Amino acid sequence: MSLKIIDESKINPKKYISKDMLAPANSWYVIVSLVAALILNFVPLQSFALAMRPDFTALVILYWAINQPQRLGMSLAFCTGLMMDVHHASVLGHHALVYCVIVYIASVFRRRINVFSLVQQIPQICVILLVMQSILIVIELLGGANLPGWHYYLKSLSGAIVWPIVAFLLSYPLKHRSNPDAL
Amino acid sequence: MDSTPQFFRHGPGPLARLLLFVLLSCLLMVEDLRFKVIPELRQAIAMIIYPIQQVALLPSEVHGTVMDFINSFHIIEENTYLREHYLRNSEKLLRLKALEAENTHLRKLLGAVNTIHAKTTAKAVMAEILYTPRDPFSHKITVNKGRQHGIQPGQIVIDYKGIIGQITRVYPLVSEVTLITDKDHSVPIQIVRNNIRTVISGTGKNNEIELRYLSVNTDIREGDLLATSGIGGVYPRGLPVAVVTGIKRHPSDNFAQITGTPVAGVDRNRQVLILSLSPALPTSPENLAEESSVESENN
Repeated sequence: MSLKIIDESKINPKKYISKDMLAPANSWYVIVSLVAALILNFVPLQSFALAMRPDFTALVILYWAINQPQRLGMSLAFCTGLMMDVHHASVLGHHALVYCVIVYIASVFRRRINVFSLVQQIPQICVILLVMQSILIVIELLGGANLPGWHYYLKSLSGAIVWPIVAFLLSYPLKHRSNPDAL
Repeated sequence: MDSTPQFFRHGPGPLARLLLFVLLSCLLMVEDLRFKVIPELRQAIAMIIYPIQQVALLPSEVHGTVMDFINSFHIIEENTYLREHYLRNSEKLLRLKALEAENTHLRKLLGAVNTIHAKTTAKAVMAEILYTPRDPFSHKITVNKGRQHGIQPGQIVIDYKGIIGQITRVYPLVSEVTLITDKDHSVPIQIVRNNIRTVISGTGKNNEIELRYLSVNTDIREGDLLATSGIGGVYPRGLPVAVVTGIKRHPSDNFAQITGTPVAGVDRNRQVLILSLSPALPTSPENLAEESSVESENN
């Protein structure tokens, strides 16, 4: 009985093999997804929703860096970061830096992350987002800002929670429609 | 000697690429914080993201239009009320004009008219706040008037109660306002009750500003109104800035810790007024330049 439970919690090789193979993404599709994420980030919101809004650009960059790293290099992440900086009227280059850092982290851990299902990826994505926000805080502190409250990290939690949805929506157009086993 | 051809072509490894980009962004940050050599870069990126920002603003605009439509049912009612109100106020306005005329007359008698510029020369442009950045670190807002509308850096932004901030960056169609609560922003002020001159600075916290470097024995009380002094020539004099809300005097410190709350709705309103630049003051003589440099820097 207990053996069975352990088996369930571990990665099932059969399940892993039966995972969907995704078609390679068109580079226009990558750019359109980044622009859509920027629009979501730019929508003006009120206080609580503002604190809870996940960084959609970071999520989309993470998705491409994990699933199709040949489509999204650090240069694209860097340019997206510059756009975020100009929109936030903050120091030019600090979002660019952290986006490059998450692309690097994703490139190191992508094989390990890919083994898990989307829901199981939540804690790992959460850790990556927390690292990203911590680097942002360090840069701001070096620039002479005050420490924000703990609610600053809520964005990482909400980002990790919406990760399966974002990843599912991004992968949906790339799934093969035909059944490979059909004759 | 030829090296063996690679089976898979790779660029530099991920770590090398990361270091390259970290270096690049560090250079950008230093450039942006210290030297500001290439302001055109920011302008160019702002133009690129302008359409994206407009799309992001669409939902709130649609919401606004729908609300306007609903509100228009109340407008007729409101109009009659306002007309009545206007008539009642115009009587007060006439009295105010008479008082103003009397005041200028008295000033003439004092011989002070040459030193004080008439405040009515300043013109105001109304602007609407497009968005506030979600960054908790940056106390800046973006308004919908830019270089196309004749906005210049350094202009003062107010609402109907008092000062909100100052234009610091101008893009072709929008411009950025640094709020008075920003950590690096200071305003030369006077305490209205006893005319003590000093400088007030932001704290980087929402709705809080502080008076730094006032000695422990300064005559200041809670509830004192602080208004611009007009020194430095950037701010016109007499605009309300803040009310003192907290004073802590520790005998061991040289300076008292004085905090205040802005009079204007720094984080509330949707419409603001941008004042035109006040005429440049005569430059200070050489020997005074060093003494006044502290104050002019704060402006």
